Amino acid sequence: MTPFTAILRKDLRVELRTLRSLPAMALFAVTAFVIFRFGLDRTSLDGELAAGVLVPTLLFAALLAINRLFVAEREEGGFELIRLAPIDRTVLFAAKASALVIYLVVLELIAVPIFALFFLDTASGLVPFALVLVLADIGLAATGTVISTIATMSSARDLLAPLILLPLLVPLVIAAAGAGEHLLSAGGPDYGGFGKWLGLLGLYDLVFLLVGYATFDFLLED
Amino acid sequence: MTLQSAAVEGRPAGARSTETAPAIEARGLRRDFGDRTGLGGVSFSLLPGEGMAVIGPNGSGKSTLLRILAGLLRPSGGEVRVLGCALPKETYRLRGRVGYLGHDPLLYRDLTARENLALAGALHRMDPADAAARIDSLLESVRMANRAGDRIAELSAGMRQRIDICRALLHDPDLLLMDEPDAHLDPEARQLVAPLIAAGGDRTRVLVSHDREVATAGADIVLELR
Repeated sequence: MTPFTAILRKDLRVELRTLRSLPAMALFAVTAFVIFRFGLDRTSLDGELAAGVLVPTLLFAALLAINRLFVAEREEGGFELIRLAPIDRTVLFAAKASALVIYLVVLELIAVPIFALFFLDTASGLVPFALVLVLADIGLAATGTVISTIATMSSARDLLAPLILLPLLVPLVIAAAGAGEHLLSAGGPDYGGFGKWLGLLGLYDLVFLLVGYATFDFLLED
Repeated sequence: MTLQSAAVEGRPAGARSTETAPAIEARGLRRDFGDRTGLGGVSFSLLPGEGMAVIGPNGSGKSTLLRILAGLLRPSGGEVRVLGCALPKETYRLRGRVGYLGHDPLLYRDLTARENLALAGALHRMDPADAAARIDSLLESVRMANRAGDRIAELSAGMRQRIDICRALLHDPDLLLMDEPDAHLDPEARQLVAPLIAAGGDRTRVLVSHDREVATAGADIVLELR
């Protein structure tokens, strides 16, 4: 078993055993949809409003997992364990980001169909929108892992992660919501500008994966 | 045994008893935490296979010294070479060669004892079959084989300590750094653990303890921090 597989397996095993992140994320998303439904007094959403409700809700739900991402490493000696081992520390970055992508995909498998039930007249745009969500998940996981590491080292960690992370996620939200606006149109998906938004998401992912790879070793220093 | 009770000196650096290169050599090693000095100007030399006891009151820098030697903490000043690696510059070369037993166990509470040890083995790139055999042997030697499937959160502090000792020894390190290894252990457990962390072979040992008698048993050098 490679160190990457071992860390990823550990994270997934602990989550399955304790259910500390995923149920909270799903519950948050569903509660937010209920609030939007009554707050907007609408039973049907499409276009930019649909994307504007769905994408930020998923993003805020993701913050719950991002805040908890390194709790065990901080409180149970996981950082020391990694620092003592003869491995590249970016393995921890890769494993944590992968775990976060898996959490987000599971969240979306629960939350997006519920969103469709609550608000969408046609679900045909959700299939191409899944590609947008996967690309957004990778970017969110890369950025979230880096920021969560920085926040973990601080005493104001619960405050710090969202304060630093949310501004960094603005381009990702713009791209995901921009793609969603056309894909979730009332008359079915419209692919105008789809490639542009996918390209922006891909570029965002690449930049923050590289940032994580380049900086993670230094982030774990004392 | 060299006992330097009044100063932070063990065998003075450079005063070697043989021509063998020291496993650890520290000169004026210092660590500050802001304005406060955590460890002040320690010099000593330890040969391969030797054991060193570090004693001193609370706040004298014992745990800080251990963390620096493990490569977990950067020194603020002075020089230190551990297993031929100048720290902190060559910490990457030291990784995997040190067994570190800290104040708190480096164990995930929601994994079982065996899962924790398997994870440690994977992080040290051990062959899974070799790691499994070594885990069985270590668990047997600390009489924890029957609790290997229990989560760490379900174990007593003494049992966790025994598992953590197995974790520190799993990859057969060249240097064993131990901070109060007998903490939480009952007399029977201390007897079980003693042969595992005792002198023997080429493994160099550094043991920190408040208890002078425990620390100095089997030590070639005693370093007293003030």
